[in-house]
Amino acid sequence: MSGVQQSEPVIEFRDVAFHLDGGAALVSGLSIEVRVGETLVLLGRSGSGKTTTLKLINRLLEPTAGEVRVEGRATMEWDPIRLRRRIGYVIQEVGLFPHFNVAQNVGLVPALENWEPERTRARVAELLALVGLAPETFARRRPAELSGGQRQRVGVARALAADPPLLLMDEPFGALDPVTRAEIQREFRGLQQRLGKTIVFVTHDVREALLLGTRIALFDRGRLAGIYAPREFLRASDPMAAEFAAAARYDDLFGEQ
Amino acid sequence: METLAASSTGLLDFIIANRGEVLELTLEHLTLVAVAMLFAVAAGVPLGIALVRRAGLRRWVLGAANIVQTVPSLALFGFLIPVPLIGGIGGRTAIVALTLYALLPIIRNTYAGLTGVDPAIVEAARGMGMTDRQLLWQVQVPLSLSVILAGIRVAAVISVGVATIAAAIGAGGLGTYIFRGVAMVNNQVILAGAIPAAILALLADAGLGWAERRLAAR
Repeated sequence: MSGVQQSEPVIEFRDVAFHLDGGAALVSGLSIEVRVGETLVLLGRSGSGKTTTLKLINRLLEPTAGEVRVEGRATMEWDPIRLRRRIGYVIQEVGLFPHFNVAQNVGLVPALENWEPERTRARVAELLALVGLAPETFARRRPAELSGGQRQRVGVARALAADPPLLLMDEPFGALDPVTRAEIQREFRGLQQRLGKTIVFVTHDVREALLLGTRIALFDRGRLAGIYAPREFLRASDPMAAEFAAAARYDDLFGEQ
Repeated sequence: METLAASSTGLLDFIIANRGEVLELTLEHLTLVAVAMLFAVAAGVPLGIALVRRAGLRRWVLGAANIVQTVPSLALFGFLIPVPLIGGIGGRTAIVALTLYALLPIIRNTYAGLTGVDPAIVEAARGMGMTDRQLLWQVQVPLSLSVILAGIRVAAVISVGVATIAAAIGAGGLGTYIFRGVAMVNNQVILAGAIPAAILALLADAGLGWAERRLAAR
């Protein structure tokens, strides 16, 4: 791996576990480093601990063992509000505020951070254009007046609003139809290259993982089964990786004719 | 003399002949309900909000409000008469009783509305770094206004009905006619109290229902 630049990890999991109150472990023995500017994809089946891992980063969940460090500091030492405002967050259900219009949704974190209204307005217009929504058409619409794909674009714009160095994305394109998903994935790839954010991206779609990931962290029943570069992943000997790789090929067979 | 006139002509004639008194009792009735609702909203909505974050308080407050609701209204008015400061004969006691009755639907709907906000919206809000207070006032309260208002509407309709019993402890209102009619075995007098009370209840229901739909549509 001589070509990969070694730098201080932005996010670091040190032997982290998360147990429910009842004692069941959702993740355990987790040690991962996320490097500046990379997109680490967390891939695994439903219930393998990907979302739990993501929520440990912005402290929506707190580790029950070990520690998660963000920018060199344990999340438990961060003020959770400050921590979360430095981290963009996109979820599958989007969670746009139905009583806010698009501009208010995107401008939410700037508003919380008390930006000047003029600066917020300019930033909102810039971001809507960035995610492919014409500001003059969409700024005043309510979320209910948008399609699923448009809503998810607004979700991405909202996460980027205050220009956070980190982005957490939890199956952001999972609820979209395949055509819209492919389109938005391609655009997102362009966006990644332009913005240079550090991204942790959860998915159970192998093709999405291969397309968007700098590295792929494979999860299996709450444990990390391995971390692979996309090319390595398809040749990995791990049985779970092989199953996912087979699924990718299976998609090929029927997906594009 | 009134009774004679009422029994020989119709209910309408009775109401027209006594329009001054009917109007006065209606206003009295409205005042009882309005004041009680004001207190109930002022206490119930904040209590409902407080319950969201205090699981310990939840059982006690909802339990107490439930118990009040099970006490027959006439008995509740009676129980309150000997209580110092808030008791006694007259409007004050009636307002206290009406307020207690109106609390449960308001508290319950406030709590249900706030906790019923789409979890994805709450998660997104917290993930973006909203404080609990910002989450409450910018997200949960605005999104549950129509549910809260539905509780207020139920409480108002109940109050208009229960307020007819306030006449039993000398608080006036349209119940005055009902009790008088029962004592005189005169249906027209009973109806002269019951029908305006029913109309008031329907108006309150329709008016608040309209406001609720407007809020829900936003």
